[in-house]
Amino acid sequence: MEEIANLFNGFAVVLQPFNIMVMVVGILLGVIIGVLPGLGGANGVAILLPLTFSMSPTSAIIMLSCIYWGALFGGAITSVLFNIPGEPWSVATTFDGHPMAQKGKAGEALTAAFTSSFVGALFAVIMITLVAPLVAAFALRFGPAEKFGVYFLAFCSFIGMSKEPPFKTVAAMMIGFALASVGLDEMTGQLRLTFGFEKLLTGFDFLIAVIGLFGIGEILLTMEEGLSFKGRSAKINSRVVFQTWAQLPRYWMTSLRSCIIGCWMGVTPAGATPASFMSYGIAKRASKDGHKFGTGEIEGVVAPETAAHAAGTSALLPMLALGVPGSPTAAVLLGGLLIWGLQPGPMLFVEQKEFVWGLIASMYLGNVVGLLIVLTCVPLLAAILRIPFSIIAPVILVFCAIGAYTVHNSTFDVMLMMVFGVFGYLLKKCNYPLAPMVLAIVLGNAAEESFRQSLLASQGSLTIFWSNWLVGSIMALGLIALFWPLISQALTRVRPRPVTT
Amino acid sequence: MAGLMIVFALIVIGGSMSVGFNWDFDGPRAGFFPFYIGLFILGASIVNFWQSWSDGAGGRLFAEWGQIRQVVSVVVPSTVYVALVPWIGIYVSSALLIAVFMKWLGRYGWSMVLPVAAGVPVATFIVFERWFLVPLPKGLIEELLGF
Amino acid sequence: MSRKTKFCNFVVLSAFALAPLYAAVPVAAAWEPSRPVEFIIPAGTGGGADIMARTVQGIVAKHNLMKQPMVVINKSGGAGGEGFLDVKNSKGNPHKIIITLSNLFTTPLATGIPFNWKDLTPVAMLALDEFVLWVNAEKPYKNVKEFVDAAKKANGTFKMAGTGSKQEDQIITVAIEKSTGAKFIYIPQRGGGAVAVQLVGNHADSTVNNPNEALSHWRGGKLRPLCVFDEKKLVYTDKLAGDMSWSSIPTCKSQGLDMAYLMLRGIFMTPGATKDQIDYYVGLFQKVRETPEWKKLMSDGAFNQTFMTGKEYTDWVAREEKRHEELMKEAGFLAKK
Repeated sequence: MEEIANLFNGFAVVLQPFNIMVMVVGILLGVIIGVLPGLGGANGVAILLPLTFSMSPTSAIIMLSCIYWGALFGGAITSVLFNIPGEPWSVATTFDGHPMAQKGKAGEALTAAFTSSFVGALFAVIMITLVAPLVAAFALRFGPAEKFGVYFLAFCSFIGMSKEPPFKTVAAMMIGFALASVGLDEMTGQLRLTFGFEKLLTGFDFLIAVIGLFGIGEILLTMEEGLSFKGRSAKINSRVVFQTWAQLPRYWMTSLRSCIIGCWMGVTPAGATPASFMSYGIAKRASKDGHKFGTGEIEGVVAPETAAHAAGTSALLPMLALGVPGSPTAAVLLGGLLIWGLQPGPMLFVEQKEFVWGLIASMYLGNVVGLLIVLTCVPLLAAILRIPFSIIAPVILVFCAIGAYTVHNSTFDVMLMMVFGVFGYLLKKCNYPLAPMVLAIVLGNAAEESFRQSLLASQGSLTIFWSNWLVGSIMALGLIALFWPLISQALTRVRPRPVTT
Repeated sequence: MAGLMIVFALIVIGGSMSVGFNWDFDGPRAGFFPFYIGLFILGASIVNFWQSWSDGAGGRLFAEWGQIRQVVSVVVPSTVYVALVPWIGIYVSSALLIAVFMKWLGRYGWSMVLPVAAGVPVATFIVFERWFLVPLPKGLIEELLGF
Repeated sequence: MSRKTKFCNFVVLSAFALAPLYAAVPVAAAWEPSRPVEFIIPAGTGGGADIMARTVQGIVAKHNLMKQPMVVINKSGGAGGEGFLDVKNSKGNPHKIIITLSNLFTTPLATGIPFNWKDLTPVAMLALDEFVLWVNAEKPYKNVKEFVDAAKKANGTFKMAGTGSKQEDQIITVAIEKSTGAKFIYIPQRGGGAVAVQLVGNHADSTVNNPNEALSHWRGGKLRPLCVFDEKKLVYTDKLAGDMSWSSIPTCKSQGLDMAYLMLRGIFMTPGATKDQIDYYVGLFQKVRETPEWKKLMSDGAFNQTFMTGKEYTDWVAREEKRHEELMKEAGFLAKK
């Protein structure tokens, strides 16, 4: 009950006119940052951090966290419209979001994405409000072995679901791992696979690979059709939002499942990226329309977006309660807290009640305001696709180049992006799946790191992955997910089937 | 494609071996992971190679010639574009890319080409350099203008 | 679209309103930046160097210390090598400065990338960061001796979590091993915050976190400091955890653990800088040091507030490089040629 009273105090703080204005400004800035290439949430928050020094800490964190929400919303826009995920957790959104846009259903895809984001975030905030201390204690149980278990589960729930030949899937995923391992090995502090090139020191950044493989690759694929290309003449309809809403309740089960996966991943903190992939993979298995995933199913947008936002939001909890950022953006927010003289950690909830509950209240309101703002933009955004391809294509190319450049401020990366683009096109034509490769590039390093940390701790014994009930059950879940096709076959064989003629 | 991947796998394996792929006194060494991954790629690619061979698809192209020409007509200007960025900066080369693309592939008139080709870089400049203070690569022309 | 544009105009206007006023800058140096100054961080977001650089950026903006804006850029790739190489390759560009930590020495030594601090122009030492030996508060050992005995008894299964590999945390760990004869398993993590949480969650037995990384957990009663790796005790006497303040932590040397280690938080600039340009930045950081925000950062993080410039600073860096080379050679961390 005390939490509820605290929350109402928080609302009182947030509802001051100045704070509401700050919130709207933050959301708008965030959406712009999310849409612009190369200005991810982390960058955006970092750049705007100094602007907030003149405000009170509470107003400042409201502004910054609203930029964060805005960027989360904005990330989905480019994924759906141009197949360019601006953030790692939007990758899974492209799988069905972009095909929907190609079918002329960009409005539906965007509405579904925004609404699911909102649902996911709301679920996570409610969880934070009610069980924050409990959750913080749960997060502490996650050591390297448990973290590896989570990554293992993410990979397993994703393998075996692609339609492409299994060996091509394996090859694609392993190439992703290999690319991820280039550069400095964090565990030994040694350079590997750089072959003496200074440029390879930093490795292959995920964003460059994705902008190339997805963004540029998509333009090349579209070009095959030539310029007679039909222009995706989507009817722009201002009621599209409500029509989509009417469809969404059907997917409540997917939503709920994705919320839970997201919160779990966010708190761990494994982050929003494995959450979105895992949620997409599981939704594909569980859905009766699973075989249609990847061709523009609305459920395939709902699942990853819900999970990503539930994770993105709940990632703020370990940051506040433990001082461990669950995402790069959370890391910058953490820096902000320190500058305002607030020490994140267990004492923050005791000593800075007004601040913490102001922040939580702003999460509720910020998401509502954010949803309203982005939904009003849906028809406008969908209209972008009506611009002729020979104008929009070079502009997308320019934006891709800017995005690739800003990752490391390096023109070498721009060339690399082009190489990835051609490579992605060839892979696609040769029937290699891109999704497992990207998953491996994104999570490869983190998975390898936790695997080796565990082995260091156990002195090389693999039994560490079965050493307690927590890691044991995560690993078991992973194995079940991996062998699910076989298991479900066995189950259907055992179960007596109604005779059909 | 599978052939390319075999080459790639061999590079990865070679690179891993040079940093050490076995166990050190304090745990697996830097090349431990990539080495086995290289082996996986090698194995999978050999299977893929063999499969495409036995399908008789080895000689078939992945797309029609007309399609390939279309794709190349995008790849070439884009490659020139990314090669120009380090030399003349991103703004001028972007303007050139958009102009070439619209004129050559889209067959628009100059009255349409020029505003778009000039407008996009200028808008980009204002947003990135002025508002968000993100420096993008610049060349001689920007230098002369004093940025 | 128009609404967005209008809104952006508003943001720009407000940014201009915050822009430094001409009169606020005293004409101390002949040279002044004529375009935005890039402030490179050779480390990721959220770490100690990042927080310090962003605080400086905030102070410069808030107190109008510079006419041009300061832009903070993280270049953390290759254990910071990315950032160092970038500055090294920007010879003669006076609008680029870099904040350094110990990876100024450790990264080139451990990886063999072609870089040495002599490739840069030293500007000023801002502060030195302390290291403290931490254990979980649930554990029975209350001082270094009990801790070392327990570690010896554990026979090489005690886990030490630290930031990065072959960097300062691992160097200290090896030095502890040398000094006490106890063996540790060193488990590298991504950042100082994660290291502290591994200790709180009992996934590690000890850490050598910087003071501010572990402060909150200490105050929350989760961690216990055993000793500080400095020649003398810390000077900050504010009561933090019960009766304890930073100044009540004994030095490791007094506890029979003969090791002192401080980490550089200093500023360098691009090669080929003129004296005027160096003087400008020295003056800028002197002003930064006088602000209340900076003082707060120093006392929160229990920093050693040594400030050095010119030859004194260069000599100090040269001495430290030598020391790192020795420490890393002993530990077997040098890159294979």
